[in-house]
Amino acid sequence: MSQVFEIDFGDHRQSKLVGIDLGTTNSLVAFLDLTGPKVIPGPEGEKLVPSIVSWTSDGRFVVGNEARRLLIDQPERTVYSVKRLMGRGLADIQDELKLFPFRISPGSDSVLRLELGEKVLTPPEISAQVLLQLKRNAEAFLGEAVTQAVITVPAYFNDAQRQATKDAGRIAGLEVLRLVNEPTAASLAYGLDTRNSGVVAVYDLGGGTFDISILRLDDGIFEVLATNGDTHLGGDDIDNRLIRIALEDIAGEWGEDISRSGPAVQLLRRAVIEAKEQLSYLPFTSIQMEYRGKKYQRQITRELFESLIAGIVDRTLGPCRQCIQDSGLSVEQIDEVVLVGGSTRIPMVRRAVETLFKAKPHTELNPDEVVALGAAVQAGILSGDVEDHLLLDVTPLSLGIETMGGVASKLIHRNSTIPASATEAFTTAVDGQRNVLIHVLQGERELVKDCRSLARFELKDIEPLPAGAARIEVRFLIDANGILNVSARDQRTGKEQSVEVKPSYGLTEEQVEAMIRESVEKAEEDFAERQVREARLEADAILAGAEKARSNDAWMELNDEERAAISDAVNQLLLAYHSSDHNLIRAKIHELNTATLQLAETMMNTAVKAALKGTKL
Amino acid sequence: MDHFQLFGLKRRLSLDAAGLQERFYELSRECHPDRYARRPAGERQKAEQASALLNDAYRTLRDPISRAEYLLKQEGFDIGEQRGKDVPPELLEEVFELNMALEGLRGGDEDARGPLEEARRRFLEMRCEIDTELGRLFQQYDASGDAAILQQIRGVLNRRRYIRNLVQEVEKELAPSGQPAR
Repeated sequence: MSQVFEIDFGDHRQSKLVGIDLGTTNSLVAFLDLTGPKVIPGPEGEKLVPSIVSWTSDGRFVVGNEARRLLIDQPERTVYSVKRLMGRGLADIQDELKLFPFRISPGSDSVLRLELGEKVLTPPEISAQVLLQLKRNAEAFLGEAVTQAVITVPAYFNDAQRQATKDAGRIAGLEVLRLVNEPTAASLAYGLDTRNSGVVAVYDLGGGTFDISILRLDDGIFEVLATNGDTHLGGDDIDNRLIRIALEDIAGEWGEDISRSGPAVQLLRRAVIEAKEQLSYLPFTSIQMEYRGKKYQRQITRELFESLIAGIVDRTLGPCRQCIQDSGLSVEQIDEVVLVGGSTRIPMVRRAVETLFKAKPHTELNPDEVVALGAAVQAGILSGDVEDHLLLDVTPLSLGIETMGGVASKLIHRNSTIPASATEAFTTAVDGQRNVLIHVLQGERELVKDCRSLARFELKDIEPLPAGAARIEVRFLIDANGILNVSARDQRTGKEQSVEVKPSYGLTEEQVEAMIRESVEKAEEDFAERQVREARLEADAILAGAEKARSNDAWMELNDEERAAISDAVNQLLLAYHSSDHNLIRAKIHELNTATLQLAETMMNTAVKAALKGTKL
Repeated sequence: MDHFQLFGLKRRLSLDAAGLQERFYELSRECHPDRYARRPAGERQKAEQASALLNDAYRTLRDPISRAEYLLKQEGFDIGEQRGKDVPPELLEEVFELNMALEGLRGGDEDARGPLEEARRRFLEMRCEIDTELGRLFQQYDASGDAAILQQIRGVLNRRRYIRNLVQEVEKELAPSGQPAR
């Protein structure tokens, strides 16, 4: 649910808008330049930032590959696959807790909190750290502050999961201009330079989520006809299956249950992932692990692997069939299938998709990158750089309200194009009633208990009237992000009716605001600090160069005026060096550069002469 | 402004689906919130509302059944959201047998599966006939604008809704794990 509150980011309107794929396993940031969407590499040239966050014992956040290393040394301070917890409650995640080493903090009844060492954080705050890393990478690469982003979410994410993602963005100091569904984003990346009309199915099996979407492409319009999925199905599940088998082996061979040892399980996880990846191109391989001097090795054939994962691959087919049915099309009317997500590299997955859709799937674009590339295209659409494309997406789940007898009455059906709205009139049941409570649900089932509670909206300060006389019209609007907005109006007075929102899962507005206040200040500070640090590094280099040049012969060839100008520029830069204004430092660097132009040229000539002298003709 | 006017159409029951889609895409290009992402909040909000209106209208008009129900409502007919509890007389016998078979299957009698499959096929056939009849009535109404035909359409729609619910119920029993068809 989104409320009125939005941070005013001031006049950043023209800053670069980036696209972010916030994945279960890996995250990427991309942007659109004149030649198309590009993934932005990190400082070490890496495109994928592992979605792993660690809180170090000296009180720093570490994200990505560095955090992955800490997963083994300091598993109790490190967390991964936190996307599985976004927008969820304690009761929802019991299954996850059996398979993932999440350390849930006591007092997580209303909002889930995880422990990273002594630090206690909510899933959005942890995701915010991944987003911050991507933001930094983008800022370093683009050389400007990045304050706005498009972030992708699984198409089948519900309202709470979407809201949690948006919260994460805000906590990271990013205004989230749009949440885009991952399969839809992928279709944008493909559609930009391939066919411009036809029906495309996007099959997206990632690290932790599965989505299927069917779209109609028509001359730049990308209309989603239907979507379906499972937000807890992905490569993680395959890994867990392999780990369980290896753990059993090890218990037998070593006579030791290592499933309680964080580092051992992480080493094993690494080993099975490696084997899994190899089995995509090898007929057999082995799972190998060494722990405390003991070795574990097990041969695994592709055949065995496939028999192990058949159930998981099968679970993707039900949503596919439902999606085809909901799209109102037959399989034959689907022209193309696109594969997205690392798990679609598995040959068995490809075969299953090919059989179901009776078409050879597209894999031209890197399945790890295609979602981020699409997010960058959507960023281009929002910024106006891409004019002829438009995405018309749908809401994956029906929206309803609780009515008499615990029945869910549907107001907006699944696969409705968003923004979508519905209005419903409410009245009072007893004389003088001041408040009306509306329980909003998401899901396809008939009964409230089978749907997911989204929030309770309380209409407050209703004018006291006889029962049934009040008439309040409530408007439910699912916005283009797939997030519900609720507003209400008293039809008798025409006045806006105040609505209090009590989200069933996730953070309250006050909590998010507090987190943002803390982090935005820090983020801005961070950025400014980084700029200064970089400027000083540049200053160091040029000052060292100037110092060295004084001992060069060329220095003597300058006239007094030129030498004085350089000394002056050096002194000015030294004075500016300790200021916290990076612009000032850069200005002085520039002045010194200008002052030393003649010197540099002379040095160059001298060097050339010297080189020529030394050359035997 | 009603849904028809939004698309620049007269209130008609027969529509050219391709033309409607084309117009929907055109209007979407104008008012979709993506076009206003960096505009002031007021403009963004208006785009959101306009776009929601457009999407709701398109969704209603695209499907012939919801289009007819909408037009009936606009013309002042009570289309009765009640689930059509009263069994249409001509279906009485059939529905009785169907219920027996449903009970049987629920009670674990797998022999009931055959008759249910058969009933499902028959009801789907009936729905097809109804759709043909509706198409004919749509054209009659568009040509004459006669409210009496709307009255007739209302009756046919009720029967259709009844049959659709039956089919859903049967399908739910036949495939307990799958989601019911719309």
